Amino acid sequence: MTVTPGWYMALAAFLFVIGTGGILLRRNALVMFMSVELMLNAVNLTFVAAGRELNVLDGQVSVFFVMVVAAAEVVVGLAIIVAVFRKRQTASVDELAELRG
Amino acid sequence: MALLLSLIVLLPLAGMLFLFAFGKRIGEPGAGIVATLTVGGSFLTAVVLALDFFTGSGATETARWFEWLPAFGVAAELRWDQLSALMTLVVTGVGSLIHLYSIGYMHGDARFGRFFTYMNLFIVSMLILVLANNFALMFVGWELVGLSSYLLISFWFERDTAAAAGKKAFVVNRVGDVGFIVALMLIFSVFGSLGFDTVFEGARFHLTEGMATAIGLLLLIGAAGKSAQLPLYVWLPDAMEGPTPVSALIHAATMVTAGVYMVARTGSIFELAPVAAATVAIVGAATALYAATIAIAQRDIKRVLAYSTISQLGYMFMGVGAAAYAAGVFHLMTHAFFKALLFLGAGSVIHGMADEQDMHRMGGLARRMPVTFATMAIAWLAISGIPPLAGFWSKDEILAAVFERGGSWKILWGVGLVTVLLTAFYMTRMMWLTFFGEPRWEAGLEPRESPRIMTIPLLALAILSVVGGLVNTPFKLTLEHFLDPVFEGLRLVHAPGGSVAWILAGVSVAAGIIGIGAAIMRYRGPVPAESGPGWRLLGNGYYVDDLYAGVFARGGKLGAAWLAFRFDARGIDGAVEGVGALTRRVGGWLRPLQTGFVRSYGLAIVAGAVGLLAWFLSRGAF
Repeated sequence: MTVTPGWYMALAAFLFVIGTGGILLRRNALVMFMSVELMLNAVNLTFVAAGRELNVLDGQVSVFFVMVVAAAEVVVGLAIIVAVFRKRQTASVDELAELRG
Repeated sequence: MALLLSLIVLLPLAGMLFLFAFGKRIGEPGAGIVATLTVGGSFLTAVVLALDFFTGSGATETARWFEWLPAFGVAAELRWDQLSALMTLVVTGVGSLIHLYSIGYMHGDARFGRFFTYMNLFIVSMLILVLANNFALMFVGWELVGLSSYLLISFWFERDTAAAAGKKAFVVNRVGDVGFIVALMLIFSVFGSLGFDTVFEGARFHLTEGMATAIGLLLLIGAAGKSAQLPLYVWLPDAMEGPTPVSALIHAATMVTAGVYMVARTGSIFELAPVAAATVAIVGAATALYAATIAIAQRDIKRVLAYSTISQLGYMFMGVGAAAYAAGVFHLMTHAFFKALLFLGAGSVIHGMADEQDMHRMGGLARRMPVTFATMAIAWLAISGIPPLAGFWSKDEILAAVFERGGSWKILWGVGLVTVLLTAFYMTRMMWLTFFGEPRWEAGLEPRESPRIMTIPLLALAILSVVGGLVNTPFKLTLEHFLDPVFEGLRLVHAPGGSVAWILAGVSVAAGIIGIGAAIMRYRGPVPAESGPGWRLLGNGYYVDDLYAGVFARGGKLGAAWLAFRFDARGIDGAVEGVGALTRRVGGWLRPLQTGFVRSYGLAIVAGAVGLLAWFLSRGAF
């Protein structure tokens, strides 16, 4: 059985849905963060697969950009979460609802 | 040529700028001497330039300063033709005499330098008005004379009445200016230019009668404002709050004649609008009679002269309205001489009487002030139309020309004739109350003749009042032929000749003599009380001032108060606050959307993404 790009796409969609579900269902900010990473990497997978299939480098270049930006985002995001946890002794996003209108 | 022409305006301008900077420092009498010399130099330049016209070899000249408003077809350009030359000579000639007189009259005033700055500003403005070669520049002069008039009326602004009088003059003039501006807009819409040549040469080809009438009537509104004709005359009597030389120069001799000059200048428009021209004449006749009746009952010597000026301006309007432009301009000139003389004489009297202006407290001044008396007597006979003095020739020519038009114009002639009688009456009353009879001034007052610097201008103007009329007599119409090139191609009305002329002249002289005689009979003895209801009605000018104050001034104030306290507070502020309240309320409705739960935002994003995806798929975009 050969592995066609369709498999990669299906796997990416599966990972993306898991990430989306994690964001919508989990309350812990740290876990939501991991879900976001999952979604980003699902997209990366589609880029790499499509790039290889079409025999161009654009997909892999895009992945590098996404990884770099995601790493930066993680640094900022984790710092915020740690700071909030120190102050509030909780990481539950439902309790962090001060910006309600 | 162009340089000399510019010099006429630039000399007083330089004087004004110099006095503006250093007037206070050089003080008295240096500032007055500088001002007088610059205006006198301007007069001499004008004489030199006008020599060609006198010999008959002159042609219309222009001096272009710079491109100004190309879109309106106008440049800052001066025009030197017979009409503007005559006006320039009158303005600078009478102006320099009055400047000289002012050095004596303003002696000891704290703002001596500033007075002459303003006076020179006025001369510059008036010269721009009469020398402009297009309507736009003329309007600049028109507004500037209004400004300098305002500054000089309220020169003694510490007095509330003077400040109010200046304001009144400014506001009333502005009402007339609206008519002038709209007329200029109409002219531009028809001709696409405001240049005199374009408009006057193209008038007969491009103007319909309706448009010409509209422009003519609007110009009349402007002229009535500046020249104090019905119904916009109310500012002129109050303008007497200014120093007397100002009254003589601006509010008798020059600025108030701007309306007459303007109608004469735009003769080719009025020729196409017989209705507008007739309206000019009717307004003039009505004003002449109306103001003369008021002048009879004034006690203030300057107010007599103010109403007299309004009345005489009415004559000029009658003349130019009847298309006897030369006659109107002729009367403008002679009136400048004898009315300036009357005002300066009145100023001399006021000066000698320690600022007393009530004629009932004068009397018997003839022996105290012989020069003032003698010169004023000449002006008195001149304005009363006694031959061979200046006023006789010019007034008679206007009346004869109006008579010559025939038909219902003869009614206007009758009105003018009655006004001659009234004029002679009130002027004689003024002379008798001031110079004859028992002295009625307060004890301790020792009226004395004014210094020579004030009497020399009186003498010069007296000579002009005697001989000034001889430039245009029925025997030799020098001035009329002088002005002919300006009014070339227009259907002019000329005074009749032959026996009709003699009869008309005889009738108007008789009216003058009757007026003088009646006044002498009445005032030779003790002064009558003059306190009945009729005297009060006339003395208060038919209460028109109170009417205007009650209707327009009060109405305007009420309207402004409504706008300020109702419309602004409720309307404008309400709209602004309403926008704020609306925003706040809509915000209130939308607030619940902002729950503060991150996951609900996430759900909204996912739902939006899915929705977009569904939409693209349904359109088959992929």
